[in-house]
Amino acid sequence: MMGHVPLSWFLMLSAVLFSLGVAGFIFRRNIITMFMSIELILNAVNLTFITFAYQRQQVAGHLFAFFVMVVAAAEAAVGLAIILTVFKNRETLNIDDLDSMKN
Amino acid sequence: MDLILFLVFAGIAVVAAINVVVQRHPISSAISLIAVMGSLAVLYLLLGAEFIAAAQVIVYAGAIMVLFVFVIMLLNAGGETKAGRSFVASLLGVPVLVALLWLLAYYTARIYPSDTEVHFGGFRGGTAQAVGRALFTTYLLPFEITSILILIAIVGAIVLARKELE
Repeated sequence: MMGHVPLSWFLMLSAVLFSLGVAGFIFRRNIITMFMSIELILNAVNLTFITFAYQRQQVAGHLFAFFVMVVAAAEAAVGLAIILTVFKNRETLNIDDLDSMKN
Repeated sequence: MDLILFLVFAGIAVVAAINVVVQRHPISSAISLIAVMGSLAVLYLLLGAEFIAAAQVIVYAGAIMVLFVFVIMLLNAGGETKAGRSFVASLLGVPVLVALLWLLAYYTARIYPSDTEVHFGGFRGGTAQAVGRALFTTYLLPFEITSILILIAIVGAIVLARKELE
């Protein structure tokens, strides 16, 4: 029917966003940008949950998305605190310079 | 109408997501990420998830991204320096990523053929009432565990970020 969106388009959009998030995580060297790429990945997964909730006509998918959001909030708070501490001690945000665990 | 809305906001989401990855300065990436989250909220609304759409705007675009922008400004982080990465890495990495994307899209299209369609109002179970009822009955235990998780995160963040006492 005209004007309706195929369900798979939502899933493909989610796949595109997920891949872009992985690309950002791998290619970027700034620790904050890498962290934002993780948020992008989590958002892509959330879109999948909501799409399947629509397809199965169940509210459970929304709750999973809600829990993902809560975990992302907790993760952002702790991760940014870690970034602050790292910057205070090392004066850099470049992931290549943070190699004190290497030999 | 649904199709136009989807195409417009999916386009914004993809362009902004590419911008997140290619921008050199973290603050530009953060602003682009807010655009991604906002357009995803519209798509959630299209899928009948009104509560999650509101939570997306308030929690993600509101709270989490403000935290990010705050930290970027606090650290006064400059632009990224030129990455000294090997040529072989990008030669291998880009095709692997494209292969991952292709695989995801291919199986998505195989499993869900386009006869299942989304239209606005096709799912009415995503109201705050329905989500709240499920959250406080079936999913009560995960919800309570979540509150403990948040408490641990708050304490952990404060312990990590406080000034060292001599």
